[in-house]
This record gives sequence, C-alpha cells and structure tokens, in this order.
Amino acid sequence: MQKHAGFMKALKCRECGREYPLTANHVCEFDFGPLEVVYDYERIKSELTRAAIQSRPRNMWRFRELLPIEGDPTVGVEVGCTPLIKADRLARRLGIRELWVKNDAVNYPTLSFKDRVVSVALSRARELGFTTVACASTGNLANSVAANAAAAGLQAFVFIPSDLEHSKVINSLIYGGNVIGIKGHYDEVNRLCAEIAGKYPWAFVNVNMRPYYAEGSKSMGFEIIEQSGWRVPPHTVVCMASGSLLTKIHKSYQEAIKLGLAPETPYHIHGAQATGCSPISTAQKAGLDFFKPVRPNTIAKSLAIGTPADGFYALKVMKETGGSCDDVSDDQIREGIKLLAECEGIFAETAGGVTVAVAGKLIASGAIPADASAVLCITGNGLKTLEAMAGHAGHTREIRPSLRDFEALLDAETHMQARA
Amino acid sequence: MPIKVRIPTPLRKLTHDEEIVHVNAATVGAAIAELQSRYPGIKERLTDDAGSVRRFVNVYVNEEDIRFLQNQDTSLKDGDEISIIPAIAGG
Repeated sequence: MQKHAGFMKALKCRECGREYPLTANHVCEFDFGPLEVVYDYERIKSELTRAAIQSRPRNMWRFRELLPIEGDPTVGVEVGCTPLIKADRLARRLGIRELWVKNDAVNYPTLSFKDRVVSVALSRARELGFTTVACASTGNLANSVAANAAAAGLQAFVFIPSDLEHSKVINSLIYGGNVIGIKGHYDEVNRLCAEIAGKYPWAFVNVNMRPYYAEGSKSMGFEIIEQSGWRVPPHTVVCMASGSLLTKIHKSYQEAIKLGLAPETPYHIHGAQATGCSPISTAQKAGLDFFKPVRPNTIAKSLAIGTPADGFYALKVMKETGGSCDDVSDDQIREGIKLLAECEGIFAETAGGVTVAVAGKLIASGAIPADASAVLCITGNGLKTLEAMAGHAGHTREIRPSLRDFEALLDAETHMQARA
Repeated sequence: MPIKVRIPTPLRKLTHDEEIVHVNAATVGAAIAELQSRYPGIKERLTDDAGSVRRFVNVYVNEEDIRFLQNQDTSLKDGDEISIIPAIAGG
C-alpha cells in the first residue's frame, strides 16, 4: 500500500485482477481492461457509520471514505445532496404505487450529475499534480469540467461534438476555458481524446482519470439510500450512455450493504436508453452479454454514445439484479419530459425524458410491478436542452394589457372547451 | 503496402517505445499477425483466446471502427492508418 493513499489501496484491472499504483492510469496494459479503485473496507467500516455521515455537512463528501481521493476535497466541496422527491402525481400517471425522483437536475454548480464525478476527478488531479484538466463530452461533462476548473484555477480543455445543443455550448464557453468542437459524433471525439491523452500531460477526467472520476457517481446511490431511510430501493431506473452511472449506482448499493449502512434486501436496477442510440438496450432485450456499436441518432444527445465503454458491465448488473431495460423514441422522450414537468414541477433534460418514458414502459409491461416502489434517477436540467422542446411545449397566448381582452380570451377558451 | 499503425501507450513497452510502426498487410488480421511476429506478445494483448479482438480494445482503420467494417477481415491499402484505442467512459 502506498503512503498517504487515504482509504484507497490500489488500482485493479476489472478483467484480470492485475494491480497498479494509484496514478493517472485507466487501462490495464495486459488486456486493456478498465482499472478500478480498490478500497480498504475494513478501515472504512470502522470510520464510516450512519452517525458519522449524518454529523457531516449536506454534500456528497459526507461519504468521502468511499470516494477516491487522499486528503480533503479541494474541488466541488458543495456538490451533491440533491433532493429525493416523493412523486405521487407521477406515480398515479405511470400506474405505480410509489415513485421517487432523485433530482440531479439541480445539482451544484452546473445542474447535472456530472458535478459529482468532476469534483472527484479534479480533486484527485490536483493531488497528482496536474494543472491542466480535459474531457471528451456530450455536453454535461463539458459544462462541469469548465465550471469546476475555473473555480479551482485549473486550465481546461473540453472537447465536444460540434453539433451539441446551443445552451450546452454556451454553458461550456462562459467559464473561459478552451472549448473545442469536433466535427463528428461523441465516439469520434472520444477516439481523438484517447490519442490526445496519450500525447499531452493532462488529466483527462474520463480517460486517464477515469478510475477516480467514475467513482464519483456512487455518491448519487449513497444519497438515495440515506434519503430512503437507510434502505436500498427495490427498483431503480437509470439512463445509460456509456452505462457507467448504472454500474456505479449498483456498486454504491453493494458497498452500503457490505459496510452495514443498509440491510441486505433484494433490489433491481433497470436501464433506459433512447431508441436512436440503444446498443445496451438492444443487447439486453436479445439476451446477449455483449453489444454491437451503433451510430447515434437521437434528441437525447447526452446519451448518444454508440460504443458504450461500460456497456458490458451494465448488462451484467441488470442480469445479476434481475433488472430490465428498454428504449424510447424521440416523441416518447418529449412526452416523458412533459409528464415529469406537469406532474412534479421538474424540468429535466432529454436524458430525464428517457428515464421517465422507459419507467412508464417497464411499469406497463409489469417488469416493475404496479404495487412496487421505484426511484427514477434524473441526471440533468431541461434548460440545457431547450431545442429539443422548441415547438413541443405549447405556445403563449398574447393579448393587449386589458382586462377586457383577458376575459374575452378566457370566454373564448371556455367555449372552445365546452364544444370539445 | 506500408500501413501505419498507431501504438497506444499501454503497448509501447512491447514496441520499444515506438508510437508508430509500419506493417505490410492486406487485412487487419494480417496486420495483427505481423505485429506479433515483430513484437512477440502483442497479439495476446489485443485478442482473446478465441482470436477475437478483446472487448475493451477498439481498432480503427482510417478513423472508422472495424466493427462497422469487416472486423479483422477489413482490407487494407497503401497509406491506410490503424489506431488501437482502449474503450473510454462516457461524458
């Protein structure tokens, strides 16, 4: 074990088990398997109790022993602890007894779950001595890296597909870092970044910092457990791009059970994709344990990863937990967004529409029983993907500033409704 | 037919730190075989026991994923470029 490694022991290949030191390295040099952080759970168990967690400030770092940094966090110290909302109106509409919404659309500071992974990746990057951070992104990650790097005084290079939603581009540019638009889809951005990462001494949060970065997603699962009264929810629905979030929610549930923070109860983790980019869902429905890459074509651009790096493990998690998986069309995604907004007052981005619409399908098919309780993970904010809803959210009725005009409008609409 | 192969960092110990090597091969599979003959051990890093490209390895010919082409049967011509890249997490 290395000195000053916090609660981490090593990096370990998920495929062959070879161990590596805790540096900026993401891939096993033997079989290219992804590296994952190994923790000293014995020591964590003696320190991380429910009481200890509850005594700490309300942010994701209240679970810091299970997050891979050595010292105290220096980036994103206020991230996390987003609301878990009891969604009774949405539950009625989807036909399920009890529904909860974990709302990372209001995560701090950039309104998506990516602030969780970025605060870990950048805190760790600083510990390892990096001064420039970078990422390949479908948008939310770019926003978060740009913002958190600015606040931490780090240089940032973010690489995005050049056809991203306008607001995600502005939301990346505003912080003053370097934003590079790549003429291609995300998988091409990713390939380029892998090559850049091999050449420049930067901390690429989702390339060489990936083992640390990905662990940040666990905090969403830990919070769900604490907010559910220290119970693992029986059903959780998670949207999938690379599939990483789904696998880390699963890991958080396993760790909480292993450490005695939650009792061991059965749980099912369900995956949600957009039909226009559904390599994982297609494989799951066909009963395969591997996927075929696709070329994405969907309004859910944040989920548009045709070659999902964690697709294999996401399929494994759904199989092991008895979870199911489905995908929905662009129109169903818009309906999902509207349903969540109209029922719960939450405006999610397209990925959230995917989660809501797929949950509806899984409840209708009985894959999630109607008498069950489920949690929907909402990962990003609707203000970032306004284009997807333009022309689909109704229209304003304009009148002059006159009471008579207003009453005439109400009258006309009442008559129209009466006729309808 | 000289084909340019970009060697990723995890494999450069085998290629004596060469970032780019040239092979003469008609297909991706033949290129991997030639790499193996010059840099023994490299094939087992790239392919599994059944000979398929490992699931966490992505191989591209001129920036196109070979799974969209003909996998290891993908034909090569003079001046083509092969990139070998580990899978990357999402964003």
